Amino acid sequence: MSAMRDILRNVSLRSFRVWQRDLDVYLTNWKTEFLPPLSEPILYVFAFGFGLGSLIHSVRYEGRELSYLRFMAPGIVAVAIMFWSYFETTYSSFVRMYYQRTFDAILATPLLVEDVILGELLWGATKAVIASTIMLGVLSLLGLVSWPAGLWVIPLSVVAGVMFSALGLVVTSVTKNISSFNLPMFLMVMPMFMFSGTFFPVSILPRWVFAIAWCLPLTHVSYLVRAAVLGWPRGPLVWSVLYILVLAAVLSALALRLMKRRLIQ
Amino acid sequence: MATSTHEPAIVARELTKRYGDVEAVRGVSFEVGAGEIVGFLGPNGAGKTTTVRMLSCFLPPTTGTASIHDIDVRERPRDVKRLIGVCPQEDNLDPDFHVLKNLLVYGRYFGISHRVVRDRALELLAFVALSDKAHAPIASLSGGMKRRLVLARALLNEPRVLILDEPTTGLDPQARHAIWTRIRSLRSHGTTVLLTTHYMEEASQLCDRVVVMDGGRILLEGSPLALVEREVGRTVVEAWNYAEDFVQFLRTLPGRLEEVGDRLYFYPEESDHVERLFDQRFPHQERLIRRATLEDVFLKLTGRALRE
Repeated sequence: MSAMRDILRNVSLRSFRVWQRDLDVYLTNWKTEFLPPLSEPILYVFAFGFGLGSLIHSVRYEGRELSYLRFMAPGIVAVAIMFWSYFETTYSSFVRMYYQRTFDAILATPLLVEDVILGELLWGATKAVIASTIMLGVLSLLGLVSWPAGLWVIPLSVVAGVMFSALGLVVTSVTKNISSFNLPMFLMVMPMFMFSGTFFPVSILPRWVFAIAWCLPLTHVSYLVRAAVLGWPRGPLVWSVLYILVLAAVLSALALRLMKRRLIQ
Repeated sequence: MATSTHEPAIVARELTKRYGDVEAVRGVSFEVGAGEIVGFLGPNGAGKTTTVRMLSCFLPPTTGTASIHDIDVRERPRDVKRLIGVCPQEDNLDPDFHVLKNLLVYGRYFGISHRVVRDRALELLAFVALSDKAHAPIASLSGGMKRRLVLARALLNEPRVLILDEPTTGLDPQARHAIWTRIRSLRSHGTTVLLTTHYMEEASQLCDRVVVMDGGRILLEGSPLALVEREVGRTVVEAWNYAEDFVQFLRTLPGRLEEVGDRLYFYPEESDHVERLFDQRFPHQERLIRRATLEDVFLKLTGRALRE
Protein backbone atom coordinates (compact mmCIF):
# COMPACT_ATOMS: atom_id res chain seq x y z
CA MET A 1 0.00 0.00 0.00
CA SER A 2 2.79 2.43 0.90
CA ALA A 3 4.49 1.60 -2.41
CA MET A 4 1.28 2.63 -4.15
CA ARG A 5 1.11 5.85 -2.14
CA ASP A 6 4.71 6.55 -3.11
CA ILE A 7 3.84 6.19 -6.76
CA LEU A 8 0.75 8.38 -6.54
CA ARG A 9 2.24 11.03 -4.24
CA ASN A 10 3.55 13.27 -7.01
CA VAL A 11 0.78 12.73 -9.53
CA SER A 12 -1.16 15.94 -10.10
CA LEU A 13 -3.65 17.63 -12.39
CA ARG A 14 -0.69 19.35 -14.03
CA SER A 15 -0.32 16.22 -16.15
CA PHE A 16 -3.20 17.77 -18.09
CA ARG A 17 -0.64 20.28 -19.48
CA VAL A 18 1.39 17.45 -20.98
CA TRP A 19 -1.76 15.92 -22.46
CA GLN A 20 -2.68 19.37 -23.81
CA ARG A 21 0.75 19.72 -25.44
CA ASP A 22 0.34 16.42 -27.27
CA LEU A 23 -3.20 17.37 -28.29
CA ASP A 24 -1.93 20.69 -29.70
CA VAL A 25 0.60 18.84 -31.85
CA TYR A 26 -2.14 16.45 -32.99
CA LEU A 27 -4.43 19.33 -33.94
CA THR A 28 -1.59 21.02 -35.85
CA ASN A 29 -1.27 17.89 -37.99
CA TRP A 30 -4.93 16.87 -37.90
CA LYS A 31 -5.23 16.25 -41.62
CA THR A 32 -2.59 13.55 -41.64
CA GLU A 33 -3.63 12.27 -38.21
CA PHE A 34 -7.25 11.74 -39.18
CA LEU A 35 -6.64 9.84 -42.38
CA PRO A 36 -5.27 6.51 -41.04
CA PRO A 37 -8.11 5.68 -38.64
CA LEU A 38 -10.54 6.72 -41.36
CA SER A 39 -9.03 4.63 -44.13
CA GLU A 40 -7.93 1.66 -42.03
CA PRO A 41 -11.40 0.14 -41.48
CA ILE A 42 -12.24 0.67 -45.14
CA LEU A 43 -9.11 -1.23 -46.18
CA TYR A 44 -9.86 -4.07 -43.77
CA VAL A 45 -13.48 -4.26 -44.83
CA PHE A 46 -12.51 -4.50 -48.49
CA ALA A 47 -9.62 -6.94 -48.05
CA PHE A 48 -10.99 -9.24 -45.39
CA GLY A 49 -14.69 -8.55 -45.33
CA PHE A 50 -15.34 -8.67 -49.08
CA GLY A 51 -12.31 -10.73 -50.08
CA LEU A 52 -12.06 -13.35 -47.40
CA GLY A 53 -15.72 -12.97 -46.53
CA SER A 54 -16.78 -14.22 -49.98
CA LEU A 55 -15.04 -17.53 -49.20
CA ILE A 56 -16.49 -17.79 -45.70
CA HIS A 57 -20.22 -17.42 -45.79
CA SER A 58 -20.94 -17.31 -42.11
CA VAL A 59 -19.29 -17.57 -38.74
CA ARG A 60 -20.70 -19.30 -35.72
CA TYR A 61 -20.18 -17.01 -32.71
CA GLU A 62 -21.74 -17.29 -29.25
CA GLY A 63 -24.33 -19.72 -30.55
CA ARG A 64 -25.46 -17.62 -33.50
CA GLU A 65 -24.69 -17.45 -37.20
CA LEU A 66 -23.49 -14.11 -38.62
CA SER A 67 -21.75 -12.90 -41.79
CA TYR A 68 -17.96 -12.81 -41.75
CA LEU A 69 -17.96 -9.04 -42.27
CA ARG A 70 -20.20 -8.48 -39.25
CA PHE A 71 -18.00 -10.76 -37.17
CA MET A 72 -14.71 -9.15 -38.19
CA ALA A 73 -15.68 -5.45 -38.01
CA PRO A 74 -15.65 -5.17 -34.16
CA GLY A 75 -12.32 -7.02 -34.13
CA ILE A 76 -10.60 -4.31 -36.13
CA VAL A 77 -11.95 -1.65 -33.75
CA ALA A 78 -10.35 -3.54 -30.85
CA VAL A 79 -7.09 -3.84 -32.80
CA ALA A 80 -7.16 -0.10 -33.50
CA ILE A 81 -7.54 0.64 -29.76
CA MET A 82 -4.43 -1.42 -29.11
CA PHE A 83 -2.34 -0.11 -32.00
CA TRP A 84 -3.10 3.58 -31.55
CA SER A 85 -2.41 3.69 -27.84
CA TYR A 86 0.51 1.26 -27.84
CA PHE A 87 2.28 2.98 -30.74
CA GLU A 88 1.75 6.40 -29.18
CA THR A 89 3.51 5.50 -25.93
CA THR A 90 6.24 3.44 -27.57
CA TYR A 91 7.53 5.04 -30.78
CA SER A 92 6.03 8.52 -30.29
CA SER A 93 6.82 8.85 -26.57
CA PHE A 94 10.33 7.57 -27.25
CA VAL A 95 10.86 10.23 -29.91
CA ARG A 96 9.65 12.91 -27.49
CA MET A 97 11.77 11.56 -24.64
CA TYR A 98 14.98 10.64 -26.48
CA TYR A 99 15.28 12.61 -29.72
CA GLN A 100 13.31 15.78 -29.02
CA ARG A 101 14.13 15.95 -25.28
CA THR A 102 10.64 17.31 -24.77
CA PHE A 103 10.40 15.68 -21.33
CA ASP A 104 13.62 17.38 -20.23
CA ALA A 105 12.23 20.74 -21.26
CA ILE A 106 9.01 20.11 -19.34
CA LEU A 107 10.92 18.96 -16.24
CA ALA A 108 12.50 22.42 -15.95
CA THR A 109 9.02 23.75 -15.11
CA PRO A 110 6.93 23.06 -11.98
CA LEU A 111 5.86 19.73 -13.48
CA LEU A 112 7.39 16.57 -12.02
CA VAL A 113 8.32 13.38 -13.77
CA GLU A 114 5.06 11.75 -12.65
CA ASP A 115 3.04 14.49 -14.34
CA VAL A 116 4.87 13.87 -17.61
CA ILE A 117 4.33 10.11 -17.48
CA LEU A 118 0.66 10.39 -16.56
CA GLY A 119 0.14 13.01 -19.29
CA GLU A 120 1.66 10.67 -21.87
CA LEU A 121 -0.44 7.78 -20.58
CA LEU A 122 -3.65 9.76 -20.87
CA TRP A 123 -2.71 11.04 -24.31
CA GLY A 124 -2.10 7.47 -25.53
CA ALA A 125 -5.55 6.53 -24.26
CA THR A 126 -7.00 9.58 -25.98
CA LYS A 127 -5.55 8.44 -29.30
CA ALA A 128 -7.33 5.10 -28.81
CA VAL A 129 -10.63 6.88 -28.13
CA ILE A 130 -10.24 9.13 -31.18
CA ALA A 131 -9.41 6.17 -33.45
CA SER A 132 -12.19 3.93 -32.19
CA THR A 133 -14.73 6.76 -32.50
CA ILE A 134 -13.78 7.50 -36.10
CA MET A 135 -13.83 3.82 -36.99
CA LEU A 136 -17.18 3.34 -35.32
CA GLY A 137 -18.52 6.14 -37.50
CA VAL A 138 -17.22 4.54 -40.70
CA LEU A 139 -18.50 1.06 -39.77
CA SER A 140 -21.83 2.58 -38.82
CA LEU A 141 -22.19 4.02 -42.33
CA LEU A 142 -21.66 0.48 -43.64
CA GLY A 143 -24.45 -0.70 -41.34
CA LEU A 144 -22.15 -2.81 -39.20
CA VAL A 145 -22.84 -1.21 -35.78
CA SER A 146 -25.90 -1.72 -33.66
CA TRP A 147 -26.96 1.37 -31.75
CA PRO A 148 -27.10 2.45 -28.95
CA ALA A 149 -25.14 -0.58 -27.65
CA GLY A 150 -22.22 0.50 -29.87
CA LEU A 151 -21.69 3.54 -27.63
CA TRP A 152 -20.16 1.20 -25.03
CA VAL A 153 -17.10 1.15 -27.26
CA ILE A 154 -16.19 4.66 -26.04
CA PRO A 155 -15.77 3.89 -22.31
CA LEU A 156 -14.21 0.57 -23.29
CA SER A 157 -11.60 2.30 -25.37
CA VAL A 158 -10.80 4.63 -22.45
CA VAL A 159 -9.96 1.71 -20.15
CA ALA A 160 -8.34 -0.43 -22.86
CA GLY A 161 -6.49 2.65 -24.11
CA VAL A 162 -5.01 3.27 -20.65
CA MET A 163 -4.09 -0.42 -20.44
CA PHE A 164 -2.25 -0.53 -23.79
CA SER A 165 -0.68 2.93 -23.25
CA ALA A 166 0.67 1.77 -19.92
CA LEU A 167 1.95 -1.42 -21.56
CA GLY A 168 3.69 0.77 -24.14
CA LEU A 169 5.30 2.94 -21.45
CA VAL A 170 6.53 -0.14 -19.60
CA VAL A 171 8.19 -1.27 -22.83
CA THR A 172 9.57 2.25 -23.47
CA SER A 173 11.04 2.40 -19.96
CA VAL A 174 13.37 -0.52 -20.72
CA THR A 175 14.10 0.33 -24.36
CA LYS A 176 17.59 1.64 -25.12
CA ASN A 177 17.13 2.57 -28.78
CA ILE A 178 14.22 2.89 -31.12
CA SER A 179 14.92 -0.27 -33.15
CA SER A 180 14.56 -2.36 -29.97
CA PHE A 181 10.81 -1.82 -30.22
CA ASN A 182 10.75 -4.51 -32.92
CA LEU A 183 11.19 -7.26 -30.37
CA PRO A 184 8.08 -6.68 -28.24
CA MET A 185 6.28 -5.88 -31.49
CA PHE A 186 6.84 -9.39 -32.85
CA LEU A 187 6.69 -11.25 -29.55
CA MET A 188 3.68 -9.51 -28.04
CA VAL A 189 1.73 -7.16 -30.27
CA MET A 190 1.60 -9.20 -33.49
CA PRO A 191 0.60 -12.46 -31.71
CA MET A 192 -2.24 -10.53 -30.05
CA PHE A 193 -3.26 -9.13 -33.42
CA MET A 194 -3.37 -12.69 -34.85
CA PHE A 195 -4.77 -14.74 -31.98
CA SER A 196 -7.11 -12.50 -30.01
CA GLY A 197 -10.30 -13.02 -31.94
CA THR A 198 -9.82 -10.35 -34.58
CA PHE A 199 -10.22 -12.50 -37.69
CA PHE A 200 -11.77 -15.68 -36.24
CA PRO A 201 -13.47 -16.69 -32.99
CA VAL A 202 -10.90 -17.95 -30.47
CA SER A 203 -13.26 -20.86 -29.73
CA ILE A 204 -12.18 -22.62 -32.94
CA LEU A 205 -8.54 -22.75 -31.75
CA PRO A 206 -7.05 -25.95 -30.28
CA ARG A 207 -7.66 -26.17 -26.56
CA TRP A 208 -4.20 -25.08 -25.37
CA VAL A 209 -3.98 -22.15 -27.82
CA PHE A 210 -7.48 -21.18 -26.73
CA ALA A 211 -6.31 -21.06 -23.12
CA ILE A 212 -3.33 -18.88 -24.04
CA ALA A 213 -5.53 -16.59 -26.14
CA TRP A 214 -7.69 -15.82 -23.09
CA CYS A 215 -4.63 -14.68 -21.19
CA LEU A 216 -3.95 -11.96 -23.77
CA PRO A 217 -5.40 -8.52 -23.02
CA LEU A 218 -6.60 -7.97 -26.60
CA THR A 219 -8.82 -11.10 -26.47
CA HIS A 220 -10.82 -9.50 -23.66
CA VAL A 221 -10.99 -6.16 -25.42
CA SER A 222 -12.16 -7.84 -28.67
CA TYR A 223 -14.72 -9.82 -26.76
CA LEU A 224 -16.18 -6.73 -25.09
CA VAL A 225 -16.06 -4.53 -28.20
CA ARG A 226 -17.78 -7.27 -30.22
CA ALA A 227 -20.52 -7.57 -27.60
CA ALA A 228 -21.06 -3.79 -27.82
CA VAL A 229 -20.92 -3.44 -31.61
CA LEU A 230 -23.14 -6.47 -32.25
CA GLY A 231 -25.44 -5.46 -29.40
CA TRP A 232 -25.24 -8.96 -27.85
CA PRO A 233 -24.62 -8.50 -24.15
CA ARG A 234 -24.27 -12.22 -23.51
CA GLY A 235 -21.64 -14.39 -21.89
CA PRO A 236 -19.52 -13.63 -18.84
CA LEU A 237 -18.67 -10.02 -19.77
CA VAL A 238 -17.96 -9.05 -16.17
CA TRP A 239 -14.77 -11.12 -16.03
CA SER A 240 -13.36 -9.41 -19.07
CA VAL A 241 -14.30 -5.99 -17.67
CA LEU A 242 -12.54 -6.86 -14.42
CA TYR A 243 -9.53 -8.18 -16.32
CA ILE A 244 -8.96 -4.96 -18.26
CA LEU A 245 -9.67 -2.72 -15.23
CA VAL A 246 -7.18 -4.56 -13.04
CA LEU A 247 -4.54 -4.85 -15.75
CA ALA A 248 -4.93 -1.14 -16.63
CA ALA A 249 -4.35 -0.19 -12.96
CA VAL A 250 -1.41 -2.55 -12.46
CA LEU A 251 0.33 -1.58 -15.71
CA SER A 252 -0.20 2.15 -15.00
CA ALA A 253 1.45 1.86 -11.60
CA LEU A 254 4.28 -0.14 -13.14
CA ALA A 255 4.68 2.37 -15.98
CA LEU A 256 4.98 5.26 -13.50
CA ARG A 257 7.55 3.41 -11.47
CA LEU A 258 9.71 2.20 -14.36
CA MET A 259 9.54 5.39 -16.40
CA LYS A 260 10.51 7.42 -13.34
CA ARG A 261 13.54 5.20 -12.91
CA ARG A 262 14.37 5.66 -16.57
CA LEU A 263 14.05 9.45 -16.49
CA ILE A 264 15.76 10.21 -13.16
CA GLN A 265 19.21 8.76 -12.59
CA MET B 1 17.80 37.03 11.82
CA ALA B 2 19.38 37.59 8.46
CA THR B 3 17.58 40.21 6.47
CA SER B 4 16.29 39.34 3.04
CA THR B 5 18.77 41.61 1.28
CA HIS B 6 21.64 39.46 2.53
CA GLU B 7 19.86 36.20 1.88
CA PRO B 8 21.91 34.06 -0.50
CA ALA B 9 20.01 32.99 -3.60
CA ILE B 10 21.66 29.57 -3.84
CA VAL B 11 23.13 27.52 -1.02
CA ALA B 12 24.76 24.11 -1.55
CA ARG B 13 26.14 22.07 1.34
CA GLU B 14 28.35 19.02 0.81
CA LEU B 15 26.54 17.98 -2.36
CA THR B 16 27.54 14.62 -3.76
CA LYS B 17 26.32 12.59 -6.70
CA ARG B 18 27.33 8.98 -7.15
CA TYR B 19 26.58 6.69 -10.07
CA GLY B 20 27.50 3.21 -8.93
CA ASP B 21 31.23 3.42 -8.26
CA VAL B 22 31.68 6.73 -10.04
CA GLU B 23 31.51 9.88 -7.92
CA ALA B 24 30.60 12.68 -10.32
CA VAL B 25 30.36 15.31 -7.58
CA ARG B 26 32.25 14.83 -4.32
CA GLY B 27 31.15 17.14 -1.55
CA VAL B 28 30.63 20.56 -3.08
CA SER B 29 29.64 23.54 -0.92
CA PHE B 30 29.09 27.10 -2.11
CA GLU B 31 26.78 30.09 -1.94
CA VAL B 32 25.60 32.50 -4.59
CA GLY B 33 24.40 35.86 -3.35
CA ALA B 34 21.19 37.40 -4.69
CA GLY B 35 21.99 39.46 -7.80
CA GLU B 36 25.41 37.89 -8.26
CA ILE B 37 26.68 36.33 -11.50
CA VAL B 38 28.78 33.28 -10.77
CA GLY B 39 30.52 31.13 -13.35
CA PHE B 40 31.45 27.48 -12.92
CA LEU B 41 34.56 26.54 -14.84
CA GLY B 42 36.14 23.15 -15.32
CA PRO B 43 37.16 20.62 -17.93
CA ASN B 44 34.68 18.09 -19.29
CA GLY B 45 33.68 15.67 -16.56
CA ALA B 46 34.52 18.13 -13.78
CA GLY B 47 31.00 17.81 -12.36
CA LYS B 48 29.68 21.24 -13.38
CA THR B 49 26.62 20.01 -15.24
CA THR B 50 25.81 17.41 -12.58
CA THR B 51 25.97 20.13 -9.91
CA VAL B 52 23.75 22.42 -11.95
CA ARG B 53 21.27 19.61 -12.62
CA MET B 54 21.00 18.90 -8.91
CA LEU B 55 20.30 22.59 -8.21
CA SER B 56 17.56 22.66 -10.82
CA CYS B 57 15.83 19.52 -9.46
CA PHE B 58 16.68 17.27 -12.40
CA LEU B 59 18.83 14.93 -10.36
CA PRO B 60 18.39 14.04 -6.72
CA PRO B 61 21.67 14.52 -4.81
CA THR B 62 23.12 11.33 -3.34
CA THR B 63 23.97 13.21 -0.14
CA GLY B 64 24.07 16.83 0.93
CA THR B 65 21.54 19.61 0.55
CA ALA B 66 20.83 22.46 -1.80
CA SER B 67 18.30 25.26 -1.64
CA ILE B 68 17.19 28.17 -3.77
CA HIS B 69 16.00 31.16 -1.73
CA ASP B 70 15.74 28.87 1.30
CA ILE B 71 13.58 26.31 -0.50
CA ASP B 72 15.06 22.83 -0.42
CA VAL B 73 15.43 21.26 -3.87
CA ARG B 74 14.49 17.83 -2.61
CA GLU B 75 11.59 18.77 -0.37
CA ARG B 76 9.79 21.23 -2.63
CA PRO B 77 10.96 20.80 -6.24
CA ARG B 78 7.83 22.40 -7.71
CA ASP B 79 8.39 25.60 -5.70
CA VAL B 80 12.08 25.69 -6.58
CA LYS B 81 11.32 25.27 -10.27
CA ARG B 82 8.82 28.12 -10.13
CA LEU B 83 11.65 30.43 -8.97
CA ILE B 84 14.30 29.44 -11.48
CA GLY B 85 14.84 29.64 -15.22
CA VAL B 86 16.89 26.88 -16.80
CA CYS B 87 18.87 27.02 -20.01
CA PRO B 88 20.11 23.46 -20.62
CA GLN B 89 23.29 22.49 -22.41
CA GLU B 90 21.45 20.82 -25.27
CA ASP B 91 18.68 22.69 -27.02
CA ASN B 92 15.38 21.05 -26.22
CA LEU B 93 13.00 23.41 -27.96
CA ASP B 94 9.79 21.73 -29.05
CA PRO B 95 10.25 21.00 -32.78
CA ASP B 96 6.52 20.34 -33.15
CA PHE B 97 5.70 24.03 -32.58
CA HIS B 98 6.82 27.30 -34.12
CA VAL B 99 8.82 29.88 -32.14
CA LEU B 100 6.01 31.80 -30.42
CA LYS B 101 3.99 28.65 -29.73
CA ASN B 102 7.05 27.19 -27.98
CA LEU B 103 6.83 30.00 -25.45
CA LEU B 104 3.04 29.85 -25.14
CA VAL B 105 3.06 26.11 -24.42
CA TYR B 106 5.96 26.52 -21.99
CA GLY B 107 4.06 29.22 -20.11
CA ARG B 108 1.18 26.78 -19.61
CA TYR B 109 3.49 24.42 -17.71
CA PHE B 110 3.97 27.26 -15.21
CA GLY B 111 0.24 27.88 -15.06
CA ILE B 112 0.63 31.43 -16.38
CA SER B 113 -2.62 32.68 -17.95
CA HIS B 114 -2.72 32.81 -21.74
CA ARG B 115 -3.02 36.60 -22.00
CA VAL B 116 -0.12 37.26 -19.63
CA VAL B 117 2.08 34.68 -21.28
CA ARG B 118 1.35 36.03 -24.75
CA ASP B 119 2.36 39.58 -23.84
CA ARG B 120 5.43 38.35 -22.02
CA ALA B 121 6.40 36.04 -24.89
CA LEU B 122 6.24 38.88 -27.43
CA GLU B 123 8.30 41.09 -25.11
CA LEU B 124 10.92 38.39 -24.67
CA LEU B 125 11.10 37.70 -28.41
CA ALA B 126 11.87 41.39 -28.85
CA PHE B 127 14.45 41.18 -26.06
CA VAL B 128 16.32 38.36 -27.83
CA ALA B 129 15.78 39.95 -31.27
CA LEU B 130 13.54 37.18 -32.63
CA SER B 131 10.32 39.13 -33.15
CA ASP B 132 10.33 38.58 -36.89
CA LYS B 133 10.77 34.83 -36.37
CA ALA B 134 7.68 34.46 -34.17
CA HIS B 135 6.00 32.05 -36.58
CA ALA B 136 9.09 30.34 -37.95
CA PRO B 137 9.52 26.60 -37.41
CA ILE B 138 12.28 25.66 -34.96
CA ALA B 139 14.17 23.71 -37.61
CA SER B 140 14.67 26.91 -39.62
CA LEU B 141 16.55 28.71 -36.80
CA SER B 142 20.34 29.01 -36.67
CA GLY B 143 22.25 27.77 -33.63
CA GLY B 144 22.50 31.28 -32.22
CA MET B 145 18.78 31.92 -32.68
CA LYS B 146 17.95 28.65 -30.92
CA ARG B 147 20.12 29.61 -27.96
CA ARG B 148 18.47 33.02 -27.77
CA LEU B 149 15.05 31.39 -27.86
CA VAL B 150 16.06 28.97 -25.09
CA LEU B 151 17.17 32.01 -23.06
CA ALA B 152 13.84 33.75 -23.71
CA ARG B 153 12.03 30.57 -22.67
CA ALA B 154 14.05 30.40 -19.43
CA LEU B 155 12.91 33.97 -18.63
CA LEU B 156 9.22 33.34 -19.24
CA ASN B 157 8.37 32.74 -15.57
CA GLU B 158 10.33 35.85 -14.52
CA PRO B 159 12.84 33.78 -12.54
CA ARG B 160 14.79 35.17 -9.62
CA VAL B 161 17.59 32.74 -10.37
CA LEU B 162 18.77 31.89 -13.87
CA ILE B 163 20.78 28.71 -14.40
CA LEU B 164 22.66 28.58 -17.70
CA ASP B 165 24.56 25.44 -18.65
CA GLU B 166 27.10 26.40 -21.31
CA PRO B 167 24.92 29.14 -22.80
CA THR B 168 27.21 29.96 -25.73
CA THR B 169 28.96 26.70 -26.60
CA GLY B 170 29.21 26.30 -30.36
CA LEU B 171 28.13 29.84 -31.22
CA ASP B 172 29.93 32.29 -33.46
CA PRO B 173 31.36 35.49 -31.86
CA GLN B 174 28.38 37.65 -32.88
CA ALA B 175 25.87 35.22 -31.40
CA ARG B 176 28.00 34.86 -28.27
CA HIS B 177 28.17 38.61 -27.72
CA ALA B 178 24.42 38.87 -28.29
CA ILE B 179 23.84 36.40 -25.45
CA TRP B 180 26.35 38.20 -23.19
CA THR B 181 24.61 41.54 -23.71
CA ARG B 182 21.32 39.95 -22.59
CA ILE B 183 22.87 38.33 -19.53
CA ARG B 184 24.43 41.67 -18.50
CA SER B 185 21.14 43.47 -18.83
CA LEU B 186 19.52 40.84 -16.59
CA ARG B 187 22.10 41.59 -13.94
CA SER B 188 20.97 45.18 -13.87
CA HIS B 189 17.48 43.86 -13.09
CA GLY B 190 18.80 41.98 -10.09
CA THR B 191 18.49 38.48 -11.48
CA THR B 192 20.92 35.99 -9.95
CA VAL B 193 22.81 34.05 -12.61
CA LEU B 194 24.73 30.81 -12.27
CA LEU B 195 26.42 29.72 -15.47
CA THR B 196 28.82 27.01 -16.53
CA THR B 197 31.26 27.65 -19.33
CA HIS B 198 34.38 26.45 -21.10
CA TYR B 199 35.18 29.94 -22.28
CA MET B 200 37.46 31.85 -19.94
CA GLU B 201 36.69 35.04 -21.75
CA GLU B 202 33.01 34.50 -21.08
CA ALA B 203 33.70 34.05 -17.38
CA SER B 204 35.93 37.16 -17.25
CA GLN B 205 33.41 39.24 -19.15
CA LEU B 206 30.32 38.28 -17.22
CA CYS B 207 31.07 36.90 -13.81
CA ASP B 208 31.47 38.64 -10.47
CA ARG B 209 32.96 35.44 -9.21
CA VAL B 210 34.16 32.18 -10.71
CA VAL B 211 34.33 28.72 -9.20
CA VAL B 212 36.83 26.29 -10.70
CA MET B 213 35.88 22.61 -10.48
CA ASP B 214 37.77 19.47 -11.39
CA GLY B 215 37.25 15.82 -10.53
CA GLY B 216 33.96 16.57 -8.81
CA ARG B 217 35.45 19.07 -6.36
CA ILE B 218 35.78 22.83 -6.13
CA LEU B 219 39.45 23.74 -6.55
CA LEU B 220 39.09 27.41 -5.80
CA GLU B 221 36.86 30.44 -6.19
CA GLY B 222 37.12 34.20 -6.33
CA SER B 223 36.69 37.21 -8.58
CA PRO B 224 38.27 36.66 -12.02
CA LEU B 225 40.85 39.43 -11.53
CA ALA B 226 41.85 38.42 -8.02
CA LEU B 227 42.16 34.78 -9.08
CA VAL B 228 44.46 35.60 -11.99
CA GLU B 229 46.62 37.85 -9.83
CA ARG B 230 46.83 35.33 -7.02
CA GLU B 231 47.37 32.19 -9.07
CA VAL B 232 49.53 33.33 -12.00
CA GLY B 233 50.46 36.94 -11.47
CA ARG B 234 50.07 39.73 -14.02
CA THR B 235 52.17 38.70 -16.97
CA VAL B 236 52.80 35.64 -19.08
CA VAL B 237 55.71 35.22 -21.47
CA GLU B 238 55.23 32.78 -24.32
CA ALA B 239 58.28 31.90 -26.40
CA TRP B 240 58.93 29.61 -29.36
CA ASN B 241 61.95 28.67 -31.50
CA TYR B 242 64.12 29.09 -28.45
CA ALA B 243 67.57 27.71 -27.59
CA GLU B 244 68.77 26.11 -24.36
CA ASP B 245 70.52 29.29 -23.20
CA PHE B 246 67.20 31.12 -23.19
CA VAL B 247 65.72 28.44 -20.95
CA GLN B 248 68.77 28.66 -18.69
CA PHE B 249 68.34 32.42 -18.53
CA LEU B 250 64.66 32.13 -17.52
CA ARG B 251 65.58 29.69 -14.79
CA THR B 252 67.65 32.42 -13.14
CA LEU B 253 64.61 34.69 -12.91
CA PRO B 254 62.05 34.34 -10.08
CA GLY B 255 58.89 32.78 -11.47
CA ARG B 256 57.36 29.58 -12.80
CA LEU B 257 58.54 27.99 -16.03
CA GLU B 258 56.56 25.49 -18.08
CA GLU B 259 57.43 23.77 -21.35
CA VAL B 260 54.51 22.48 -23.42
CA GLY B 261 55.35 20.89 -26.74
CA ASP B 262 57.49 23.37 -28.64
CA ARG B 263 56.31 26.31 -26.58
CA LEU B 264 57.68 27.83 -23.40
CA TYR B 265 55.49 29.54 -20.79
CA PHE B 266 57.06 31.74 -18.14
CA TYR B 267 55.07 33.30 -15.32
CA PRO B 268 57.40 35.93 -13.76
CA GLU B 269 56.94 36.97 -10.15
CA GLU B 270 58.12 40.45 -10.99
CA SER B 271 56.66 41.54 -14.30
CA ASP B 272 57.70 45.20 -14.51
CA HIS B 273 61.12 44.75 -16.09
CA VAL B 274 60.63 41.56 -18.01
CA GLU B 275 60.24 43.18 -21.39
CA ARG B 276 63.30 45.44 -21.03
CA LEU B 277 65.34 42.52 -19.73
CA PHE B 278 64.44 40.43 -22.78
CA ASP B 279 65.19 43.29 -25.16
CA GLN B 280 68.67 43.57 -23.68
CA ARG B 281 69.59 39.90 -23.42
CA PHE B 282 67.61 38.13 -26.15
CA PRO B 283 66.45 40.83 -28.57
CA HIS B 284 65.81 38.33 -31.40
CA GLN B 285 64.02 35.68 -29.40
CA GLU B 286 60.51 35.09 -30.81
CA ARG B 287 58.15 35.78 -27.94
CA LEU B 288 54.88 37.24 -26.76
CA ILE B 289 54.51 39.10 -23.50
CA ARG B 290 50.89 39.38 -22.51
CA ARG B 291 48.61 39.88 -19.54
CA ALA B 292 47.75 36.74 -17.60
CA THR B 293 44.17 35.56 -18.09
CA LEU B 294 41.73 33.22 -16.46
CA GLU B 295 42.73 30.63 -19.04
CA ASP B 296 46.23 30.54 -17.53
CA VAL B 297 44.70 29.96 -14.10
CA PHE B 298 42.50 27.26 -15.50
CA LEU B 299 45.35 25.40 -17.20
CA LYS B 300 47.56 25.75 -14.15
CA LEU B 301 44.90 24.22 -11.92
CA THR B 302 43.51 21.54 -14.19
CA GLY B 303 46.58 20.71 -16.27
CA ARG B 304 47.07 20.58 -20.00
CA ALA B 305 46.28 16.91 -20.57
CA LEU B 306 43.28 16.18 -22.77
CA ARG B 307 40.26 14.94 -20.83
CA GLU B 308 38.20 13.08 -23.39
